[in-house]
Amino acid sequence: MRTIAYQDVAEAARRLCIDANVYLGEDVLGLLRSAREREPSALGQRVLEEILENNRIAVAETVPICQDTGTAFVFVELGEEVRVDGGLLRDAVDEGVRRGYTEGYLRKSMVSDPLRRRNTGDNSPAVVHIELVPGDRVRMTLLPKGGGAENMSRMTMLTPADGEGGVRAFVIETVERAGPNACPPVVVGVGIGGTFDTVGFLAKRALIRKAGERHPDPFYARMEEDLLAAINALGVGPMGYGGETTALDVRIEVCPCHIVSLPVAVNLQCHAARVARAEL
Amino acid sequence: MNPKRLTTPWSDATVEGLRAGDLVLISGVIYGARDAAHKRLVEALERGETLPADLRGHLVYYVGPTPAKPGQVIGSAGPTTSTRMDTYTPTLLAQGLKGMIGKGYRSQPVLEAMRRHRAVYMATTGGAGALLARCFTRAEVVAYEDLGPEALFRFEVADFPAIVVNDAFGGDLYAQGKKAFSKATPG
Repeated sequence: MRTIAYQDVAEAARRLCIDANVYLGEDVLGLLRSAREREPSALGQRVLEEILENNRIAVAETVPICQDTGTAFVFVELGEEVRVDGGLLRDAVDEGVRRGYTEGYLRKSMVSDPLRRRNTGDNSPAVVHIELVPGDRVRMTLLPKGGGAENMSRMTMLTPADGEGGVRAFVIETVERAGPNACPPVVVGVGIGGTFDTVGFLAKRALIRKAGERHPDPFYARMEEDLLAAINALGVGPMGYGGETTALDVRIEVCPCHIVSLPVAVNLQCHAARVARAEL
Repeated sequence: MNPKRLTTPWSDATVEGLRAGDLVLISGVIYGARDAAHKRLVEALERGETLPADLRGHLVYYVGPTPAKPGQVIGSAGPTTSTRMDTYTPTLLAQGLKGMIGKGYRSQPVLEAMRRHRAVYMATTGGAGALLARCFTRAEVVAYEDLGPEALFRFEVADFPAIVVNDAFGGDLYAQGKKAFSKATPG
């Protein structure tokens, strides 16, 4: 059994919080650049250029891309042959998030209670998803999720008769209703199947996939492409000022479900689709 | 399209000269407030108190910046979603507020209050917090410091870029832009 020090996990989480908020992935930047080339709206092009310029400034000055540095979602793939020495994995992740958001001059956006709304002061707690996997490694993926796009996300329980068409209509309607509020061009995470509680997780997990990478199942890969085209025909455009770049990417994640159910969740992510990864 | 350079405070005439889709570069004092600060401002008015800042002729920017690094005027400072302020905005417009800067849709009551009180709603690029921070020459907390990033701020800005989304005459850039580029078959 391999061991990893608690402090090493905390340090990795700290680093990921800062890196994710400052450096946008090359995959997302590539989609933004090609969108700027294709976008027919002059205003839309201007917005895309501002977004790219903003990313250059963030890197040059080591400052956050966006002031909403988000809720810290941490997806952990924990090898079955590795254990954390000196404390709980979950506590180590939270400690790293506290340090990262404080030392990295990131905004503290978490309140401890949904109705009494007191800021926790250090952006904890993180939302931590731990999955056991074979091997002796720990892989961590950090997704800082801003509130603007999260607030425009939706889920529904369709019936099996609604089928692919029903799912398609719900996804398109969600992006259209979100309009400028979700900071388009957005990344659209779609969860299909599972249950009331798991479908939201599927949609969220879709957001940590590499940008532009299609689903391994050709059926869903085609559906992703079809949805992307339909969303970009809505006319919403960059920041909702009109244009053909409403979404950068659509990613579907699926899961088995009950014979009577067809749960669907759409988790929207703004163009600052920040993800950072580490392996320990 | 040439942007209009406008210094605050604004008059009714400034507002009446703006149309949906106009690019503006704002200089001068602007105030920063989000939901929590708006709630306190409106509660103060309900109690008959004087506001900690005179909003007449001024603009409110919906922003909750990241903490400034040493040597910075302000941290990243892009717009937050304006829709959350809709409940409070008509009350502030009645106080003489001439404009709001944020991103996203406004409600019908806000749009009606804008027409009645002569005000405009502008947007700036969401997620461009590092770029927009460069326009700030001064930032200070005026009130509600306990709210942290949600405090009431007083900023001084130079050539802060924004675009008019809703003017005082019913013009709506979101509706116009979408209509121009939508490929949906008319239902």
